[in-house]
Amino acid sequence: MSETPHTENKLVSNLQRDLFEAEYVADQSLSSTLLLMTKLQRPLLVEGDAGVGKTEIAKALSKSFDCPLIRLQCYEGLDVNSAVYEWNYQHQLLSIKIQEARDLPTSEKHIFSEEFLLKRPLLEAISLPRSPVLLIDEIDRADEAFEAFLLEVLSDFQISIPELGTITASSIPHVILTSNGTRELSDALRRRCLYYYVDYPDFDKELRIVRKRLPDINRQLSSQIVECIQSFRKLDLRKKPGIGETLDWAAALIQLNVENLSSDPELIMDTLVCVLKTRDDRNLVTKDVLEQLVMKAG
Amino acid sequence: MHLVNHKDTGHEELGNTLVSRILEFVRFVRENDFQIGVREELDALTVAKHCNITDQKRLHWGLRSLLCSNSDEWKRFDNLFKIYWLQPVKRTSHLLGSIPGGKLPFDTDPENSVDNQEIKEINSTQQDEQGDEPVGQGGTRSGASQHESQLKTDFRFLTDSQQMQRMEEMVERLARRMRRRLLRRYRNLQRGQRIDLRRTIRNSLSHGGIPLELVFKRRLRRLPKLVLLLDVSRSMSFYSYLFLRFARGIVGAFKDADAFIFHTHLVQVTDALHERNINIVTKRLAVLSAGWAGGTRIGECLQSFNQHYAKRILNSQSIVMIFSDGLDTGTPELFSEQLALIKRRAKKIVWLNPLLGRDGYEPTAQCMQAALPMLDLFASAHNVESLLALEPQLAKL
Repeated sequence: MSETPHTENKLVSNLQRDLFEAEYVADQSLSSTLLLMTKLQRPLLVEGDAGVGKTEIAKALSKSFDCPLIRLQCYEGLDVNSAVYEWNYQHQLLSIKIQEARDLPTSEKHIFSEEFLLKRPLLEAISLPRSPVLLIDEIDRADEAFEAFLLEVLSDFQISIPELGTITASSIPHVILTSNGTRELSDALRRRCLYYYVDYPDFDKELRIVRKRLPDINRQLSSQIVECIQSFRKLDLRKKPGIGETLDWAAALIQLNVENLSSDPELIMDTLVCVLKTRDDRNLVTKDVLEQLVMKAG
Repeated sequence: MHLVNHKDTGHEELGNTLVSRILEFVRFVRENDFQIGVREELDALTVAKHCNITDQKRLHWGLRSLLCSNSDEWKRFDNLFKIYWLQPVKRTSHLLGSIPGGKLPFDTDPENSVDNQEIKEINSTQQDEQGDEPVGQGGTRSGASQHESQLKTDFRFLTDSQQMQRMEEMVERLARRMRRRLLRRYRNLQRGQRIDLRRTIRNSLSHGGIPLELVFKRRLRRLPKLVLLLDVSRSMSFYSYLFLRFARGIVGAFKDADAFIFHTHLVQVTDALHERNINIVTKRLAVLSAGWAGGTRIGECLQSFNQHYAKRILNSQSIVMIFSDGLDTGTPELFSEQLALIKRRAKKIVWLNPLLGRDGYEPTAQCMQAALPMLDLFASAHNVESLLALEPQLAKL
């Protein structure tokens, strides 16, 4: 290795700083893993509860690398046509008609040229001149068949189109896959990827996130909010509030010019719509519970 | 090293001792049930090279991302890393061969935070190494046989709570994977995507006969709809909790599956099982079944199933799976009448009786006698192996 340990460590802290500037507060371990991912050119599988900021990793990474972000949202029934490529049938037919009208010979080669190829995220990601960040979101929602196909693309970084031939990646994208665990992923895919598990942030980290994202917030309010959210997560809720909920709530409270959570309990109860998203949870957090939490938060 | 010869791998600069230490660590992790292949041994060296080996934190993070592949492994990894790398004196001296053939003093002062089980495994590795056998083979073999015996253990002999927890997780994962396997069977039968010519031409009418909109033939998806009826009476108490975990796996993997528990009453538990947190599931189930006492009345329970749920839930694709030992205090007439009703509505009935796995058991209980002619499959479900055997049977039905 040409890099000395010193520069290696510097790379990690640089990346961490860049991510922070892209409004993402990353642990050192995450930055280190991301750096490793770019070096080994392996995909990174990120797991964790909903709302811990899995998708944000990819967004922040693309910002800090200053490269495009290509996103493939998976869903049940996602197929090659909407993930890789599709021929532009209408355009092809139109072109044939025009050629016919002008009495020009139509050649098959012309019809199946790149001009008529609609690039979908996967194909687009491997045909860019510079490595983009490819985000494959909620891979667990796609079917097993698609997962198997994806595995092939991710190991060879080439896609074969019968009419055109094989397209090899001009640059290898930084691939981030996220999963919520609705379905067990195949071992083959898991082994192909590096793995990172994102947990809910601790108090300090979440506070840094809130202050980074909402610079105008006053110090007392922000630590009260984070303290409350942290205790909400310890309650027996059906849907634990994620970081998105924390930020929404904080933004709402700023809008309403709330300076202190203990000032107006009625109003605060109303703003809880930002945090508690099911009826059971609403019923669980009564005014008394909230007041206790706020008291604890100081 | 028997698997990877480090002279060929281009990792000379790491140094022999270090290479063997890392490879040994990978193997140690593998022996703790991580899914790791030979490829990861090579990758681990690359990671070590990139991560600047002298920086312990970064080596830790790098290897963690490489070797873990699910959240369970993620949580266990830190401990393993600590055991292996952070007891430097003992381990290093062992590698240099300075301990004269004796046992390592590992178990004398285990760290509080450290799992006893894992320590045991590290000890066994070390003993292997001191014998004549090649290390990896010995390790793999012992792992496999342990695994095998786990598969064959009758659930009722599980006494240790840790073992029980492992088994529960295994059973639930098994159920989730069942969907994948079943789906593959169906997929292979109907592979291929074809253009539906008839509908394409019909659609082309609006474009003056030019087939602008292509219509594809849809693949038919015919996964069976599973309905699980679990007996939770006292005679089933050794099994019912594991079956519940199995049911939870099934309900999680098959979107339209339904699960019920019965004893003296019948209750639908599909929603309760959908809850993610297993502790909440247990609590809810306890609430649902509170105050039940007395003998099992399978007949009445099936009747209430037929009255309240069958019409809505059962169709010609349904496979009804009953987990019960068939020990019943009700009348066999009512029971067989109700089972016949289910039989008429559903595609198949499967009865899983854990007693069937015991030597010398004959299904002589009145209730079982009445049921036998109506069953499409009568199998035991007393250990993991028998649950595994279930899946090809289901595919055949």
